[in-house]
Amino acid sequence: MYRYTDFDATFVAERNAQFRAQVERRIDGSLTEDEFKPLRLMNGLYLQLHAYMLRVAIPYGTLSSAQMRQLAYIAERWDKGYGHFTTRQNIQFNWPTLRDVPDMLDALAEVQMHAIQTSGNTIRNVTADHFAGAAADEIADPRPVAELIRQWSTDHPEFQFLPRKFKIAVTGSPNDRAVTKAHDIGLRMVRNDAGEPGFEVIVGGGLGRTPMIGKVVRDFLPEADLLPYLEAVVSVWNLLGRRDNKYKSRIKITVHEHGIDDIRARVEERFALLRPAFTGVDQQLFAQIKADFAPPAFADRDTGPFDLAYANDPVFRSWADTNLSAHRAPGHAIAQISLKAHGATPGDATADQMRVMADLAERYGHDELRISHEQNVVLPHVHKADLPAIHAALKDAGLATANIGKISDIIACPGMDYCALATARSIPIAQEIATRFDQLKLEHEVGDLKIKISGCINACGHHHVGHIGILGLDRAGVENYQITLGGDHTETAAIGQRTGPGFSADEIVPAIERIVDTYLSERDSAEETFIDTFRRVGMTPFKTALYGESDKKQKAA
Amino acid sequence: MPAIFTPKVITANALLEGDVVYLTQDDTWTRNLKDADVLTDEADAQIRLIDASARTSEVVGVYLADVSPGKSGPKPTHFREAFRMRGPSNYPHGKQSEAL
Repeated sequence: MYRYTDFDATFVAERNAQFRAQVERRIDGSLTEDEFKPLRLMNGLYLQLHAYMLRVAIPYGTLSSAQMRQLAYIAERWDKGYGHFTTRQNIQFNWPTLRDVPDMLDALAEVQMHAIQTSGNTIRNVTADHFAGAAADEIADPRPVAELIRQWSTDHPEFQFLPRKFKIAVTGSPNDRAVTKAHDIGLRMVRNDAGEPGFEVIVGGGLGRTPMIGKVVRDFLPEADLLPYLEAVVSVWNLLGRRDNKYKSRIKITVHEHGIDDIRARVEERFALLRPAFTGVDQQLFAQIKADFAPPAFADRDTGPFDLAYANDPVFRSWADTNLSAHRAPGHAIAQISLKAHGATPGDATADQMRVMADLAERYGHDELRISHEQNVVLPHVHKADLPAIHAALKDAGLATANIGKISDIIACPGMDYCALATARSIPIAQEIATRFDQLKLEHEVGDLKIKISGCINACGHHHVGHIGILGLDRAGVENYQITLGGDHTETAAIGQRTGPGFSADEIVPAIERIVDTYLSERDSAEETFIDTFRRVGMTPFKTALYGESDKKQKAA
Repeated sequence: MPAIFTPKVITANALLEGDVVYLTQDDTWTRNLKDADVLTDEADAQIRLIDASARTSEVVGVYLADVSPGKSGPKPTHFREAFRMRGPSNYPHGKQSEAL
């Protein structure tokens, strides 16, 4: 894992000291809220419905056991004993007081963590495939790239007052687990015909009010050109991007308005100007960073204990079938820890659970943990022989839910239970859907199905790219939920289509049930997943199940 | 005829704690909606809002919120204000726990 250099540590310490002074000046009245707000946002501090909220970056989703324990400590010392993991590989603390935040930031710095640029109109926390460095299908580890981008973008003087926020995601695998096509810039690590490493650069993706799938602006960018090229893209948008209207300020609108060819031409022109300024220091740095991400030494051991437990323990077998993924090293697995126990808040972990996960990572997992954009925790490198013991420990901590990728593994934003921007609640809808399908014992019968819920049009819950997306709105003072179907967050990314009129909070779970029933009756076999069935049969049977046959006739009349 | 003025309270978040506060009749801040001053005159409400908004060393984000007056004090008319008054629905945190 990357370790802070003296420069990094000094930078974070100075930044924390500055912010401590800014908080003091706000409290003593020397700074107005208008002056303070952009400063606190640059340091991850929001003011939400009931309290302040501190958003802490988990760069490329990677945590050590010591870092996870420190998050547990912060949750208990200054918050209410839990943390909320988000779709952008951050952790949010929902209840800090203003005076405590500088101490929380110092506590984070002790374990080489920070909240810098987790908000504000800056380049945000760079996210990456949560299976980075472990996945069997990976071409290259995306984390050194993400770390290089973090260092380049942090406090970048040109990019501290962008037209709007700017999000970058990196994947090193052809199977996109980082939702790269829904980011301002998505980077796919590829090799050209000569076998040289580089990037496919995708630009202008995004969800929110105007969802857009990103477009390829450069199909092969040599590795050494990465930073000047990124700088060219961001600076072109920094000048063109609309500051007159925050709903039209993201790069997806700029790309849409100017067209990808015009943007490409402008970027290439700017790139030609910037490229000579990068003399290779960035590549020396990149080489050092890469060394920090050298894979651990994977032991060659007998998988006997795994095979025995798999054969004899149906609970373990179910968990192994659902929560494990293929690892690149023989005898190893990637184990996902679900933070989606049926009826629990998606993405929340208590301090005790954080410590259990930290202990397991330290003892069995080369001291590594990952946070996925799907709000789960990952043990990326575990030997199969250790999985029965890991599963037993997870079970004791309420962390052994076998539902990864299933209907109850729901992404949900905080919604109106916490968020000042929300128009409806998300969390209770997720809780009810998970509880309902657990009662019906249908989860494993239904198979792979992604439900994603947002409590407002800004789409933090990625509803547009859910197989079933749910968007909570305020319709004349009542919570109302719109459904989209057919969204896809992977390399075949697609925006879901709206089914029709929304449903009330009481009607939404039965509506989801009707959609699932329709899938079960329409699928051609148990092997055909929800999304494949939807693509084959289209919207009509689902619409009929939701609104009845008469709806169409009435409208036609 | 001008539209009928819906009764309102002045609300904000406390600067230090970040929690929801309401303005009382004697211009102090209370954590309980039932103790808030219900404003029924539009001109009065606008002046009180301007004055309250100037108290930047105490509160953040001052605004007028609709309420329906009742015997046991004002009640929120919109669900967002109901959540602000109570706290989140997934845990017994926030004001709902303080009332216990």
